[in-house]
Amino acid sequence: MKSKYDMLIVGGGPAGAIAAKTAAEAGCTVCLIEKRPAIGTPIRCAEGVGREILEEFTRPDPRWISSSIERAKIIVPNGTAIRLDQDDPGNAVGYILDRKVFDRELVWQAAEAGADVFVKTRATAPIMEGGAVRGAKVISIGTPIDIRADVVLAADGTEAQFARRAGLDTTVPLREIMSCTQYLLTDIDIDPVSTDFYLGNDIAPEGYLWVFPKGERTANVGIGISGRKSRDGSRAKDYLDRFIAENFPGGKTIEAIVGGVPVCQPLPCTVADGLMVIGDAARVVDPLTGGGIGNAMFTGRLAAKVAAEAISAGDCSKKTLMPYDVGWRASRMGASLTRNYKIKEFFITLDDRKLNVLADSIASIGLAEFSVSALIKELIKRNPKMLFELGALKSSLS
Amino acid sequence: MNTMLRINRDTCGYCGTCVAVCPEDALELIDAYLSLERECIACGICARACPLGALEVVHEE
Repeated sequence: MKSKYDMLIVGGGPAGAIAAKTAAEAGCTVCLIEKRPAIGTPIRCAEGVGREILEEFTRPDPRWISSSIERAKIIVPNGTAIRLDQDDPGNAVGYILDRKVFDRELVWQAAEAGADVFVKTRATAPIMEGGAVRGAKVISIGTPIDIRADVVLAADGTEAQFARRAGLDTTVPLREIMSCTQYLLTDIDIDPVSTDFYLGNDIAPEGYLWVFPKGERTANVGIGISGRKSRDGSRAKDYLDRFIAENFPGGKTIEAIVGGVPVCQPLPCTVADGLMVIGDAARVVDPLTGGGIGNAMFTGRLAAKVAAEAISAGDCSKKTLMPYDVGWRASRMGASLTRNYKIKEFFITLDDRKLNVLADSIASIGLAEFSVSALIKELIKRNPKMLFELGALKSSLS
Repeated sequence: MNTMLRINRDTCGYCGTCVAVCPEDALELIDAYLSLERECIACGICARACPLGALEVVHEE
């Protein structure tokens, strides 16, 4: 480990790994640190990712793809299932990854591009000089070290403590943290090419329960509920256990994980002097789906490109790093975050009766396009009065 | 009266959800060990958010 790099990246998930690779390829000296002793574990993820966004960053590889997804079903409390199929049968719309392998592959690519990588190395505080971030104090397998860098990328996920300690408020409001539990359940009857989403206030209040196939008879079965709905006796694990007892009584749990997914709005600003925040730490998780992998890679790459230019220009002030913040907000991802936040805020107000009515209104039609916007557009068309509040979003549902 | 945060380590899943919602940045997940690093104001937000119910604000006389 050197004591000075062009770029220091805190966190070895998809955001940090893509950023490290991008920066190394741009000629920067890069240090990537991960506080856990191994990349990719323990996972805290349902592992779903869209095909298009994934392929923008790396070629799908059977070594880290658990299953290819061809459709989705949304199941409401009365049992009605909205089925989203795609036009071209046999062609994947998304994948369920094996994150333990996937994350390692991305970090491997970053290392091959020239980045230094250190595990069991935790950033305890930013090095601040004149209000600017100039590196981090880290503890690497017990040894305290100062690592200086022109730019630090905070890619530390849900906890997002690095940016917080540099002065950005990353605290997630209780009602906007999805409190999650997931089992890797095997020996169960599932549709192995479908991601299934269960909605309902008795099933997953202000969240949803998912069944994401990992193989013919194996799936990530998990749940996220709003933090404000979580209390003793009705926590994420309690809801999940009830669902599994009813729906997969013979299933065997071979992995149990928990985690928190931020579904709040993004940070008001994702840059500061010498600092950029990317991925879940920037709160760029899709607030409707809870998906974060694609947006993490997108922000990681964009931040690294902007940072590399700032470093070569010798100016890593907030102003010079600002094109990153402006850039992702102006992107398709940024627009989709704004839109899906509004849709999420509206949908959590619906009671089970309304969910049933909405689902029944479109259950019999085939949706031509596999997307959230196609689904919402159709719902608004058929339920203009009930979804009056969403009408304003129509123009953004391209 | 003394209030404090009790961490049930047999229940804790070491996921960091509590860290994300703590308004005081008092908690820290250090690998597989949840640590109370700074002063806790016993607001109980972390105890609510925890997916497993591993945290409890206790009041002692």
